[in-house]
Amino acid sequence: MPTSHIARRHIIAVIVDNEPGILARVVGLFAGRGYNIESLTVAEVSHARHLSRITVVTTGTEMVVDQIKAQLGRLVPVHTVADLTTEGTHVERELGLIKVRCTGEKRVEALRIADIFRARALDATQESFVFEVTGGCEKLDAFCTLMEPLGLIEVCRTGVVAIARGPVAIGEAS
Amino acid sequence: MTTTAAAKNQADTRTMSGAEMVMTALQDQGVDVIFGYPGGAVLPIYDALFKQNFVRHILVRHEQAAVHAAEGYARSTGKVGVVLVTSGPGATNAVTGLTDALMDSIPLVCITGQVPTHLIGNDAFQECDTTGITRPCTKHNYLVKRIEDLPRVLHEAFTVARSGRPGPVVVDLPKDIQFATGEYQSLVDQPHRTYRPRTEPNLADIDRALDMIASAERPIIYGGGGIINAGPAASERLAEFVRLTGFPCTLTLMGLGAYPASDKQFLGMLGMHGTYEANLAMHHCDVMVNIGARFDDRVTGKLTSFSPNSKKIHVDIDPSSINKNVRVDLPVIGDAGRVLELMIERWKARGLKTRAQSVQLWWGQIEEWRRRNCLSYRRTDQIIKPQYAIQRLFEKSKGRETFITTEVGQHQMWAAQFFGFDKPNRWMTSGGLGTMGYGLPAAMGTQIAHPDALVVDIAGEASIMMNIQELSTLVQYRLPVKVFILNNRWMGMVRQWQELLHGGRYAESYSEALPDFVKLAEAFGCVGLRATTPADLDGVIDEMIATDRPVVVDVAVDEKENCFPMIPSGAGHHEMLLGPEDKADPVATEEGMVLV
Ligand SMILES: Cc1ncc(C[n+]2csc(CCOP(=O)(O)OP(=O)(O)O)c2C)c(N)n1
Ligand SMILES: [Mg+2]
Repeated sequence: MPTSHIARRHIIAVIVDNEPGILARVVGLFAGRGYNIESLTVAEVSHARHLSRITVVTTGTEMVVDQIKAQLGRLVPVHTVADLTTEGTHVERELGLIKVRCTGEKRVEALRIADIFRARALDATQESFVFEVTGGCEKLDAFCTLMEPLGLIEVCRTGVVAIARGPVAIGEAS
Repeated sequence: MTTTAAAKNQADTRTMSGAEMVMTALQDQGVDVIFGYPGGAVLPIYDALFKQNFVRHILVRHEQAAVHAAEGYARSTGKVGVVLVTSGPGATNAVTGLTDALMDSIPLVCITGQVPTHLIGNDAFQECDTTGITRPCTKHNYLVKRIEDLPRVLHEAFTVARSGRPGPVVVDLPKDIQFATGEYQSLVDQPHRTYRPRTEPNLADIDRALDMIASAERPIIYGGGGIINAGPAASERLAEFVRLTGFPCTLTLMGLGAYPASDKQFLGMLGMHGTYEANLAMHHCDVMVNIGARFDDRVTGKLTSFSPNSKKIHVDIDPSSINKNVRVDLPVIGDAGRVLELMIERWKARGLKTRAQSVQLWWGQIEEWRRRNCLSYRRTDQIIKPQYAIQRLFEKSKGRETFITTEVGQHQMWAAQFFGFDKPNRWMTSGGLGTMGYGLPAAMGTQIAHPDALVVDIAGEASIMMNIQELSTLVQYRLPVKVFILNNRWMGMVRQWQELLHGGRYAESYSEALPDFVKLAEAFGCVGLRATTPADLDGVIDEMIATDRPVVVDVAVDEKENCFPMIPSGAGHHEMLLGPEDKADPVATEEGMVLV
């Protein structure tokens, strides 16, 4: 099969005017056109210029991902669309807050695993922990898998944020 | 904006109410007519309308019709069409029209009233989430919650509607903002902060396209609505380029008129009901030059068998149209008119030549396909064939400034096949959405823009019922629109699909209990005429044209006639049905049945 037919994971960064309805526009576009969203994060990044940054993780063939980028670019309040997966290299991080309920031996094991993953305990009771763990998606997945038999009861993840490596900022000509 | 213009605008700052800002901004944008319907949430704007003389208001009978009328106005003039409706049901009634305009890239600004800001979200009387509902069916929309934003938003709405790939824009305006007082500034031609669609093509792409064109042996030029949207000059350039190369040219339903239908190099419309020669030329070409069309599924048919051996060039102003349905070899992003201008310029400057001998052989093949005479039909003296009725209408309207709108169905396709358009902006039909009920209001808007022209809605008896109330608007404004109903007593297009694809089980497609259209016309205050035999036709059409009032013509046509050629859904261009003798391939039929 030619590579263009293989679905790949892409991280797309979008700089938008921080105005009401912009998130609905982006989400509506994905829903309406049947694109999938693996994760989506949004936050204001410049208060002075009213700009927000949206990071979308999606999976699709090259043709679909090109469509997604073109459709995003067509939205009126969108300034910049960057495909961090194809345009050079990038770093990505996700943060997870993970609650584990356990006692006895399992507490010790949970702390040991947390240590290996450089997770911090943000909260602890006699029978529970809340861990903060950061890293790539796979690291968070692995952490959760290991905590599962120890009493994992609740997971909260931010979704991926990502930025290109090197001295060039998003939207600048490289 | 130039600094002097900015200074002038600055100096022009005036204090006024939100409602007055709406009227002033319309005036500053050069709007002379709007289509609308009043209600509680837009009363302040209607009050401001009452106090001025610049903008004329056309009172429709249903908000959907206001939007289609604005579309007809926009498409026949190239200007932005403007709509004014109230909140809640006014806005929801407009949704079909907005979607229609989005699908066909028609520039509109639709101002909707909204409940006052402090009631938004409370399920107030006639509240609806207008921006939520219209987000997927507009190019952009705004909810204005601060009077300070209103002047900018109003002018931005026009900029967004008309620039790049045009489309409808909604401005939702709460009633308290209409009453609020603020500073108005004219911001006409102010560039948008973020929205800067690319119109200027890359020159290297133009040269690459010309290299492909010069080396083509079996070329075809396939033009679409983008050429119409690029303005009349773009159509002239298309004609120049087609003549320069000597290549065959076909057009989409939306593109009709962009190249003269009467010209030898025109192969007719392509697509599902396109001509044999146009579709086969698309199928067998080696270089396809798509200018301002979007490889719509009505055009491509089955994607895997679409023009399998060609190199494809795609000129489009909207990057999201590129590689959406069909992978192309060379995308050229830019305004169709500008691209054509540069192509002509560079073709001449570089002294390029086509491969004349090969192209001549290709024409030989095309002429052979043409000799199939795919649009032929059997005429009789007893019964009016719908194709014949359109041919007569076409003949009789020659030499006049004529504008045609249509409803949706077989009559629409026959109109596209048999009415020849030699100029752009003369043909208004609902292509993308296929909205029954489009034609009459669109004709209304067209007639407003061209008061002295002959404006005809070629209609079906089922479609016309969807916005029949607009006959009343025609009478009120003395709009001499002609409604030419090809009355086959069936939802003909539905019946045709049931006949060909569903074993002749005609579920709910018969037009039972039709009104007497002549009496109906008269009840509204229009003139009603009827033709029942071919011998009646010429006289009735003459009378229709000669009548300087709105006329409804009920033409009784053959109930059983089907529209050919036809490429059934799911079939390729080479699997066309040419007439009643042809049967659809059962395998393709099964796959195609799930398609629309
Ligand atoms: C609003 C709307 N509803 C339904 C359809 C589906 N539809 C397409 S053509 C057609 C029949 C149209 O009948 P008529 O106006 O009599 O035209 P004819 O095909 O007979 O020429 C229907 C129901 C549509 N296009 N638009
Ligand atoms: Mg009918």
